[in-house]
Formats: sequence, structure tokens, C-alpha cells
Amino acid sequence: MDFNALGACFTTPACVVTQATSGLIVGMLLFLVAAGLTLIFGVLKIVNFAHGTFYMLGGYVAYSAYVATDSYALAVLAGAVAMALFGVLFERVLMSRVYGSNVLMQLLVCYAVVLIFDDIVKIVWGPEFRAMGMPAAFQVPPLFIAGGVVPPFYAVLIGIAALIAIVLSLGLSRTRLGKTVRAAAVNPQMVSALGVNTTVLFAIVFAIGGGLAGLAGALAGPVRSLSPGMGFSILIEGFIVTVIGGMGSIAGAMVAALIIGLVRGFGTIGFPGFTDGLIYIVMIGILVLRPQGLFGRPL
Amino acid sequence: MKRNPALRDALFAAIVLILLLAIPMLHRSPAFEDFIIRLSAMALFATSLNLLVGTTGMVSFGHGMFYGFAAYAFGLTMQLTELSLPVAALFAVALTTIAALVVGAICVRLSTDYFAFITLAVQMLFFSVIVSWQSLTGGDQGLRGGIPRRRIFGFDLGSQLHLYQFCAIVAVLGLLALRHVSMSPFGNTLRMIRDNAERASFVGIVLWRARLLAFTIAGGFAGIGGVLAALFVSGAYPELADWPNSGQAIFAVMLGGINSFLGPVLGAMILLALNDLVQRFTEYHGLVLGIVILAFALGLRRGVLDFIHLVWSKRAR
Repeated sequence: MDFNALGACFTTPACVVTQATSGLIVGMLLFLVAAGLTLIFGVLKIVNFAHGTFYMLGGYVAYSAYVATDSYALAVLAGAVAMALFGVLFERVLMSRVYGSNVLMQLLVCYAVVLIFDDIVKIVWGPEFRAMGMPAAFQVPPLFIAGGVVPPFYAVLIGIAALIAIVLSLGLSRTRLGKTVRAAAVNPQMVSALGVNTTVLFAIVFAIGGGLAGLAGALAGPVRSLSPGMGFSILIEGFIVTVIGGMGSIAGAMVAALIIGLVRGFGTIGFPGFTDGLIYIVMIGILVLRPQGLFGRPL
Repeated sequence: MKRNPALRDALFAAIVLILLLAIPMLHRSPAFEDFIIRLSAMALFATSLNLLVGTTGMVSFGHGMFYGFAAYAFGLTMQLTELSLPVAALFAVALTTIAALVVGAICVRLSTDYFAFITLAVQMLFFSVIVSWQSLTGGDQGLRGGIPRRRIFGFDLGSQLHLYQFCAIVAVLGLLALRHVSMSPFGNTLRMIRDNAERASFVGIVLWRARLLAFTIAGGFAGIGGVLAALFVSGAYPELADWPNSGQAIFAVMLGGINSFLGPVLGAMILLALNDLVQRFTEYHGLVLGIVILAFALGLRRGVLDFIHLVWSKRAR
């Protein structure tokens, strides 16, 4: 623990800006993953343990698309669309068979998918780390805010995630589809009885969740390296965010993702080597004080 | 015989134990003995987890914590003190039981999904502490320098045969004790909580107290498994307390069957054998293991022993 360094950082604007931005991009990627997790849980009451696999595959698909077309925008689109389709396939072929059965049975199916696709990635892309590299469009001098260095790509990443958050929350509260989804989260039988095709609705929810995770994987490409195990760690953090925010709450996911991102950003200065531990302490503390999470409905 | 199930269980355990001890006298097979040693640790680990999952209906994702905790407690006690091996083992298990009591006190009041996640979080916190407390635990390299395998009761645990006998005895006795817990009135209380917590509460059962007791007992027995694992690897590694290890226990429980007492033991057997077998033939063992798990989950839709029970009772009707 190094409180002096942490104190010194908080009194230097440059350090605050740098750490806050690096925390923000972690938080934004986490939000994209967690938003899908929490949406799927909210509507289907299913904890999707294969969500990290969507993220990983999204990253790899984007990597291949980038290598093939040399266009980062196309790569991001490819990652997101491919994973939306993959999400539908996953829901229709596998998860729909274990609806209503034991939670552990669903966990088992998801874990099998994680194992299978970790190895498929090894076979297709190789076991070694892959780096997408910063796209040429973003290889420009960084922005300086109060003396802190902010790479332009970070700013774009934060902007995209913020835009998604706004679209998602407006879409859920204003559009017909969003209202149906929210209704299905409260009472799926009633929604079904009112003539909504819930089978299609569930597939759409998985498509949105998969697409968001794929988007996160594609956006993570330039700032993080790709490796076959990358889905595992993001999954755990995605869960932490969903649980802290309250399972089923998009706004909660946003707030919790920012908390975790900032804890990570500043934790590396104050508690080097123990940032993971710090995050678990935050999670345990919140669960003990407020078991339903920050924005969750009371149990 | 039917009138005294405790006696029947004890007799069954004795037969299994005699068989296990007799096999090396007829035929020495290092691979088989190695398998049984690893199975003994895994079986205790998985069966203790099933006391929570199958009997009480509490899905814990953090059971590996107690497995790893006991391994470190035992390894460190053996390295830092002059205590004899059984005393150190008992001390480690006692410490693990206390740890389970403390963790349980924080966790058991939360409802299903949140209970699963908070146990996972506590385990991962423990894992981070192990990895970052390098001066004590050796960090991610694990506890090295080996565990001095002192002789106890004429057992020389440095020899594979004696380690095999020791593990077989501990595992069978441990499983018998767990069986006893599961069949006791307390075990029935736990099943009642699983089936209808509200009704159990109306009958006058203090839910959190029963759940906490189950959590503590399960943690203690996972600790016995952890001590055996530490003996086998002659050390302790952070992976023992990492979440894939808890996952292994959950899969053992699910593959074998949550409603049969011996289900997790069978599941542990299948999982270990599958791991060994697949690792020998292909480097992509996740791919094969995943397909097998999918076939189980979507084909049988329940653990093997539960499936056999179902088919059996249908035929009887």
C-alpha cells in the first residue's frame, strides 16, 4: 500500500486526468459487457456465463476483419454483428433447451461453450497473444487535458460507450420493443399471453447482449492484446459490475462499471499488485450493505 | 439390515476401504494409486460442496477457497512449526472450519444468486491475498520447499503406497462422516429448507443458523480434501483457491448427480478420468471436455447417478 503516492496523485491534475481516463476506458468496456449480462438476466433470469466468450470472439473477429480490410470501422462492425448472430445461435441451439431447469445446468452448458471456444480460438488464431495495433486514423498526437495525456482513441472509445448507454436507456424506455422487453422482465407469461412472440423476443435480447459484448471486444482490440483466455477475466469483472449495480439494471451497470474502472485506475497507484483484491472488497462491502445492488429492486 | 441405515453405510464403507487397501497388495499400479490419491481429495471436495448444493440448495461458487485455505494452512504449519503431521492436519482443518464460519456468517443471509456471487467474491479476495502476500505464501509461484512428510503411525507419507493408504482411509472415513450428516435429522432439516424455505421457517427452524452450520461443515470437509491435495503436491498453489477449481467441484457434482450421495464421487471420478484421458490424446482438451459436458447436460439433463435412479424407478413402476 502506498498512500503517499496516491495522495501525490490526487494533488496533481495531470496524474488525476491520466488515471481517470485509463480507469474510464476500463469502465466503459466493462459497461458494454455488463449491460448485455444484466439485460439477459433481467429478461430471462439467466446468468450467461458464456458472455466472456462473446467478448473474446468479438475481439478476434474484429482482428481478422481489420487485417483483411484494413478498416477499423468495418472491423468493429464485423465484431458486433458477428456476435449478435452468435448470440442468437447460442440462445436458439443451446440455452433455450435448458430454460427452466436448474441454474447449475445452465452454468454447465455455458461452461462447455467457454471451453470449446477457447480451444477453437487456439486452433484458428493460435495460442499466442495477438495485438491489433492502433489503427492509422488514431495515430495522431495525444490530447493534453490539464497536463494529463489522453490518447485520442481513448476519447473515441469513451464517446462510443456513452452513446451506446444513452441509446440503450432511451431505447428501453421509449421504443415499443424496449417497453416489451421491460414488460417481459416483469412478467413473461403475461407478455406472451398478450400476443407477443416471446421466443423472438428472447432471441433479440441475446442478439443485443452478444452484439454489445462483441462491440466491447472489438473496441478493446487496439488497447488490449487478444488471447484465448481473455473472456474469462472480463466475465468475472462483468459479474462484479452487474452484481454491484443490481442485476437487471442498465443504469446500475453504468454506475458500477465507472466505480470499478476508477478503483482500477487509481488502485494501481495506491495499491499496486492488489487492485483485484480491492475490487472484491468493494463488491463484498456493497453486497453486505445492500444485497440487491445499488440500483436493484429490493429482494 | 434395512432397519439400520447407519450400520449399512458403515458396512459399505468398510467393504470399499478393504477393497481399496487390498488392490495394491495384489497388483501395484502407480497410475491407479496416483488416481485414487487425487480422487480422494477431489471426492471430499465435491461431496462437501454437494451438502450445500444438493442437500441445502445453496449454490456456492467459492467452495475452492476452503480447499486452498486448508492446503496453505497445512503447508505453512508444517513448514513453520515442529508440529507432527496429524496435529498440523487437524489444526489446518480446524482453522478452515473457523474460516468457513466467518465467511458463512457474512454470506448465508443473501438469497440464491447473490449468495453465489458473494461466495465467489470472497474466494477471489482470498486468492488475491495469496497471490500478493509473497513473503508468506510465495505468491503465484505457490508454497515451495515441500512439506516435510514426517512418519505418522508407521505411515511413511514419502512412499506412494503409504500415501495411497492414508488418503484412502481419510477419504472413506470423511465421506462416511458426511453421509452421516446428510442422513441425520439435521440433514433432513437442510432438505426441508431446500424444498420450501418458507415452510421450514414456519415450523420454527432458524434458516440462517441451519444454513450457516451446513456451510461451516461443508467448509471443514473441503478442508480435509485440501490437506490431502497439499500432501499429494507437497505444497500449495494459488490455483487450488482459484475459481476454475471451484468450477471443477461444481462440474463433478453436476456430472455425478446432486440428489445421490455418491453422485459427486462418481462425478469426480468421471472428471479426473476424462481429464487424464483427453490430455493424453490431444492438446485441445477443453474442446473435447466441453463437448462431453454438453452431451451430458443436453442429453441426460441431470447427473449420471440421478439419471440411473430415474430410469430405475420408472422401470420399477
